[in-house]
Amino acid sequence: MLNWKHKDLLGLEELSKEEIELILETADSFKEISLRPIKKVPTLRGKTVVLFFFEPSTRTRTSFELAAKRLSADTVSISATTSSIVKGETLKDTAKNIEAMKVDIIVMRHSSSGAPHLLAKAVEASVINAGDGCHEHPTQALLDMFTIKEKKGRISGLKVSIIGDIAHSRVARSNIWGLTKLGAEVTVCGPPTLIPQGIEKFPVKVTYDVEEAIRDADVLNILRIQLERQKSNLFPSLREYALNFGIDAEKLKFAKPEVLIMHPGPINRGVEISPEVADGPYSVILEQVTNGLAVRMAVLYLVSQGGK
Amino acid sequence: MVFREKAKILDEEGIKRALLRITHEILEKNKVASELGIVGIRTRGAHLAQRIAKLIDEIERVIIPLGILDITLYRDDLTLLSTQPIVHKTEIDFDITGKKIILVDDVLFTGRTVRCALDALIDFGRPKIIQLAVLIDRGHRELPIRADYVGKNVPTSLKENINVKLKEVDGIDEVVIEEKIDAQLET
Amino acid sequence: MSILIKGGYIVDPENKLEGVYDILIDDGEIKKIEKDIDSEKCELIDGKGKYIFPGLVDMHCHLREPGREDEETLLSGSLSGIKGGFTTLCCMPNTKPPIDNQGIVEYIYNENKKIGLMDIFPVGAITKNLEGKELTEIGELKKAGVVAISDDGNCVMDSEVMRRAMEYSKMFDLLVISHCEDKNLSRGGLMNEGYLSSLLGLKGIPRQAEIVMVARDIELAKLTEAKLHIAHVSTKETVELIRQAKKRGIKVTAETCPHYFSLTEERILGYNTNCKVNPPLRTPEDIEAIKEGLRDGTIDVIATDHAPHADFEKDVEFEQASFGMIGLETALGIALKELIKTKIISLSQLVEKMSLNPAKILGLDKGSINIGKPADLIIVDLDKSWEVKREKIVSKSKNTPFLNWTLPGVIEYVFAKGKLVLNKN
Repeated sequence: MLNWKHKDLLGLEELSKEEIELILETADSFKEISLRPIKKVPTLRGKTVVLFFFEPSTRTRTSFELAAKRLSADTVSISATTSSIVKGETLKDTAKNIEAMKVDIIVMRHSSSGAPHLLAKAVEASVINAGDGCHEHPTQALLDMFTIKEKKGRISGLKVSIIGDIAHSRVARSNIWGLTKLGAEVTVCGPPTLIPQGIEKFPVKVTYDVEEAIRDADVLNILRIQLERQKSNLFPSLREYALNFGIDAEKLKFAKPEVLIMHPGPINRGVEISPEVADGPYSVILEQVTNGLAVRMAVLYLVSQGGK
Repeated sequence: MVFREKAKILDEEGIKRALLRITHEILEKNKVASELGIVGIRTRGAHLAQRIAKLIDEIERVIIPLGILDITLYRDDLTLLSTQPIVHKTEIDFDITGKKIILVDDVLFTGRTVRCALDALIDFGRPKIIQLAVLIDRGHRELPIRADYVGKNVPTSLKENINVKLKEVDGIDEVVIEEKIDAQLET
Repeated sequence: MSILIKGGYIVDPENKLEGVYDILIDDGEIKKIEKDIDSEKCELIDGKGKYIFPGLVDMHCHLREPGREDEETLLSGSLSGIKGGFTTLCCMPNTKPPIDNQGIVEYIYNENKKIGLMDIFPVGAITKNLEGKELTEIGELKKAGVVAISDDGNCVMDSEVMRRAMEYSKMFDLLVISHCEDKNLSRGGLMNEGYLSSLLGLKGIPRQAEIVMVARDIELAKLTEAKLHIAHVSTKETVELIRQAKKRGIKVTAETCPHYFSLTEERILGYNTNCKVNPPLRTPEDIEAIKEGLRDGTIDVIATDHAPHADFEKDVEFEQASFGMIGLETALGIALKELIKTKIISLSQLVEKMSLNPAKILGLDKGSINIGKPADLIIVDLDKSWEVKREKIVSKSKNTPFLNWTLPGVIEYVFAKGKLVLNKN
């Protein structure tokens, strides 16, 4: 198996199939740690991980923080409201200041696409993208793929449909890159206003027909719909969205018998997914959360030495 | 680094005899086989542990729990390496608390691997006792660690390397001593 | 004191002069343009193997004074312009405060008089505070000396306001320069809309934001019969609209900028904020169409849209970064590299687009080399090339996407308003 060579993890688009597989296999080795009575290994002892979050996030931040702690790293959380960004300091200034305190890894969530790329160029510390704007959210896609692999035994040859706001979704983009590199067939589905421009150049199929997206799929990854999009006239109302694209038991009648239902969370119950589907027998939503921990431990472990 | 084979220390038969002796010693020392658990250190220690477990089964008709330990996450030299070593799975599916654990590795050298393994094991519970079994003890300890069961003691120089080959991994059972041949090229 | 430029190859499309001539300059004034002028008692400039163009005229730049003197001033802009071969600049009104009243126009003229390196002509605002609502006192602005009006940086979104501005400015024969951008379509946009904007997760600006406004303004020009100039053309559809408008006899002229025929949107990959510009960099097809537009005369002018920005406005998240790039020092080099070396247009056409045409469109007595006029010309060695280096940039701002590019054409001498303001030797 190859070694990890990168200082940072910014997105899946720039990774090779082998590199993605390495992360998934490493994550597989880490999963067991969270089942031990003492859920901790000394691997990153003495390393400092900064969680630099410019957008509210509970699950991703918690997941990264626990992952770092289970590897014995020290963690510091900085959120936009407590940092000096509000005082007119630029992102780079703040990052340089944090780096001056000798930190090893910066996990960053930011509402601007490309913000982690700016940071990665500015600092020597490793940067892990925990979601940037509408660009990528690599660890979410990795945990999605990990969960699919765990449940289905493979990724290659599977049909995965991603349903919802593709245009503004970093989860969709990272999933498209990761899944297709590993040989899955990806279909994206949503109203045309939520399908990105230039989609024909992405390695995906597009449909506006939710039935079609569901029919042959082995996996349905249902995206969260943001309320703000309604205000920009991207769809008329949540009600109409739910009627057309919300996944409920009725629509699942078209699905394969062993279909996996995934959602990156947090769920808008009754909008993009109905409660009976979210809590139903095909849902692996909570397993995604569990696997997120293993994936993030693997990523922290790999980048902690990468690129030196 | 390139090594040249210098001498064969054990052949297939030799390994078999050494493991059988170790197994008998384990059983003699610990009397009640049902209290035992055996944990091999990846990669070759794990296969040796499996063989010992099989021998115990053959001799005592007791199947003892078997675990595999990957010590990568406990290494003390991670910061010195240029890239992170691959982490493999640790599989210890039984409760080690109160058990007599036989820790198995192929070669005992500086003792650092065993130190890692001891730290890792203790994170899984509180064994009653941990004993160490190795196929080869080549000396040069850097930590106060000794083996309870040794297949063969082989005095070596630091320029030499012990290469344990096992059928499960290498397709052949043998232990050879090798010598660094491009030592002068090493900086 | 007399200066004799010996043996240079003059390109002067206005006088239809192309060939090797000597130029005698006495006391800043051009006395003779002839073959083999006697060099006695003259300071000699060897023009052999070099080209002599009229001083370049930039009808579209941002000099930031007053308001953002940390980014550029009239002085630093003049120096930057001279380095790039420009001897006349027209500065856009989006200063702080904006050039929407005669006081600011006078301020610019007075400040530039103190500097005295070249002519800087202000462009006045169409609407107060560039808000697109109320017309400025266009007559007063004209009296104070603006050479055109524009809300550049903003588009006059209200078509009625734009119509009245064009109609009204007609009585002063004043050019209306339009920044064509449908702000509703482009809202929040950061780069050209398409695959790459989707890949990078950056909100796109559809090309239609430019196209629909160009179409509107052409129709308003037809309605009002005003003189319309389309700023910074960036799409192939825009080129075609202007081509058709000219065929229909509508009074419309157009400019593009060096980056619109040298850079594509792909340059943004890696979130390169120096390539964030408005209108955004487009596709290879657009570059081809713009080159064709330059070739067939649809596009009259190459302007710089020199837009200086401090590092702290560029060294930030792509979304937060300011739009714009500096261009005065690289414009000629990029044009030579992309248009001359590739034989898309002739040197004479290049001089038209970078000197004569902007002067004509604005009604300035510039853009040609005439006996009896102050020397206003540049001497360029087209066989030499130079590398764009951050530390060599004269502009106060360093936001150029052309760093480390090797460009043809070393400007060796610049005469502006009769004075030798740059001498490489």
